[in-house]
Amino acid sequence: MIDKPNFLGWTCPRPLQNYPTIVMGHGSGGKMMADLIHHLFAAAFDNEFLAQMGDSAVIGEWQMADGHPSSDGNLTHLAPRTLNLAFTTDSYVISPLFFPGGNIGELAIYGTVNDLAMRGAKPRYLSAGFILEEGLPLETLGRIVDSMAEACEKAGVRIAAGDTKVVQKGHGDGVYINTSGIGVIPEGVDIAPQNAHPGDVVIVSGTMGDHGIAVISVREGLQFETEIQSDTAPLNGLVEAMLAVPGRHKAAPLHCLRDATRGGLAAVLNELAAASHVGIEFEEKKVPVRPEVNAACEMLGLDPLHIANEGKLVAIALDDQAQEVLLAMRSHPLGKEAAVIGRVVEDHAGLVVAKTTIGGSRVVDLPAGELLPRIC
Amino acid sequence: MKYLEEYRDAELTRKLLTDLRQVITRPWTLMEVCGGQTHSIIRSGLDQMLPPEITLVHGPGCPVCVTPLELVDKAIALAARPDVILASYGDMLRVPGSNRDLFAVKAAGGDVRILYSPLDALKIARENPEKIVVFFGIGFETTAPANAMAIVQAKAQGIQNFAVLVSHVTVPAAIITLMESPDVQVDGFLAAGHVCTVMGYWEYEPLTKKYNIPIVVTGFEPVDILHGILECVRLLEAGRFEVGNAYARSVRREGNKPAQAVIKQVFEVCDRAWRGIGVIPQSGYRLREDFAFYDAEKRFPEVQAIETKESPLCISGLVLQGIKKPVACPAFGKECTPQNPLGATMVSAEGACAAYYRYKR
Repeated sequence: MIDKPNFLGWTCPRPLQNYPTIVMGHGSGGKMMADLIHHLFAAAFDNEFLAQMGDSAVIGEWQMADGHPSSDGNLTHLAPRTLNLAFTTDSYVISPLFFPGGNIGELAIYGTVNDLAMRGAKPRYLSAGFILEEGLPLETLGRIVDSMAEACEKAGVRIAAGDTKVVQKGHGDGVYINTSGIGVIPEGVDIAPQNAHPGDVVIVSGTMGDHGIAVISVREGLQFETEIQSDTAPLNGLVEAMLAVPGRHKAAPLHCLRDATRGGLAAVLNELAAASHVGIEFEEKKVPVRPEVNAACEMLGLDPLHIANEGKLVAIALDDQAQEVLLAMRSHPLGKEAAVIGRVVEDHAGLVVAKTTIGGSRVVDLPAGELLPRIC
Repeated sequence: MKYLEEYRDAELTRKLLTDLRQVITRPWTLMEVCGGQTHSIIRSGLDQMLPPEITLVHGPGCPVCVTPLELVDKAIALAARPDVILASYGDMLRVPGSNRDLFAVKAAGGDVRILYSPLDALKIARENPEKIVVFFGIGFETTAPANAMAIVQAKAQGIQNFAVLVSHVTVPAAIITLMESPDVQVDGFLAAGHVCTVMGYWEYEPLTKKYNIPIVVTGFEPVDILHGILECVRLLEAGRFEVGNAYARSVRREGNKPAQAVIKQVFEVCDRAWRGIGVIPQSGYRLREDFAFYDAEKRFPEVQAIETKESPLCISGLVLQGIKKPVACPAFGKECTPQNPLGATMVSAEGACAAYYRYKR
């Protein structure tokens, strides 16, 4: 130990640059996960579908033999038609299995339905793979599966394939579920993360941060005066309502859709800015956040912009028709609190900048890795 | 929640800035002590809105940043033991030790748990009687009362499988050391509002006289900070070297007596090493003899032999004293980013480097 304080000493150690193993931060929807995906998975599996980096992949044209009746109404002359299919997969490992406003089963259905809807697809068929931990009560599994059946009804999808595996006690977290999904993209619909243009308007479908805080509060046994509910919901109905807004120009009114899951609004805006090579500017005070979610975030030292949502989307729409899109959203039960929060700009491509509540400005970045609640 | 919207109000901010511009006649350098204040300033963009005469330098008020490297290494060593559950505040998990961080230890099978309150550590101890729960007790005076209370309760409830790795630091000694250093040029301080909520501000009165500086107790919301800056500048312009209180809704001169009592019951003042700076005399707390049983360093004597390795790239020490800004560091944004932090100022949510990286670039 040095006797006198040394103000000119450089005393910081240099840690390992890369983790040799997977750590929790790799799953948080932030930068660490993005790096892992880019450098490991995408590099190994590289193909044009994966390169789309959308919530689901458009896997190209498929000829359908059923077609539609030709103009003379003669059903024997069925013209083949081509459809774009969307395909996606997601795994659900959430703990606790049940939380205010939802459970892992509903999440497994709605999460995948939403990823399809974010490409403008009508979700159709899902697969469901279960990894069950030895010792899981059948009653618990029953509740989860019943929820999934109900969720399928609500979303208008069917589970067409499934699988079940059991692992030894201690090798799972009760239940892990994987669902993959196929959806059909209506003709003329082209929603992709690359489609944002300067001048476009940024809209969120409702309050941010509900799901993540609901889950944290149960996981950590935190009691708030108001119970915060997860917003788990199928967004395909809302998306259909938005797609129904007729275009008045050559370009369609709706350019991009993303659901703001892990990593929150901040992650989505950054991903869109990067994919479209544009800048995004928004106003903090325009982002709807429930007062109780704000309060919980304040206490825990978390940022509502980084918190996961499971029933909210971000839309990027043509300026001229933004109001019509907004109206369509607000007329739907899941979009009642939809709000315009900002714009796509040419400046600072790839960066997202916010006007703060006091009138200053700051860069809004991807969360680094695991969200760490603040000490004091 | 009360006090969130009012203290982030754009109208009020504009008014305070106008007042500030009218009062100020010459350049002043102010240091905000607390990392939470630094973060709030950069996150709200307040530093860009201040008149050019004001220079804000960021002080060493982030307990995560100043926790000595040795203690991080000790925590890592303890967490790796199969008979230990290491419980810690979240932001300590990514602070680099000599070779790795607590996240890496967790990935390797160590039982590392994040908690929000030290009393949760007692709960974990009760639920896991076959393990020893070691709580990584860091923080300034703000967290000391709760940390002390956990120890008092452990003793009262006869919980044996609990120990604390203590690394508390205190503010007044740091201010003295900063003012004694010829490298540090600060005209006034914004004192840490929550430290003062616990300790009061009577300790700063002799410092204002000795060093001819105003010290203004300041809160954390943007309007609070602006209020603190305005008060400090008013005192400087008037040549008045005294303590001001711009956080009266939370702070009284004598502080919180019951909190101070429990601190005194459990801890005594000692010399403490600050990462990047070195030993500052009388700047920390350690457990009193009565509570020696709960001292993790005594419970696990092998950690006392931990050897720490230093490397020259990180300048967090200089950043912590306001001598250099994060952007002046050659590694900033390159080798050193929040995903690959070289030093604690980039890891901690309240570290100046992390704040600069996240909100400025």
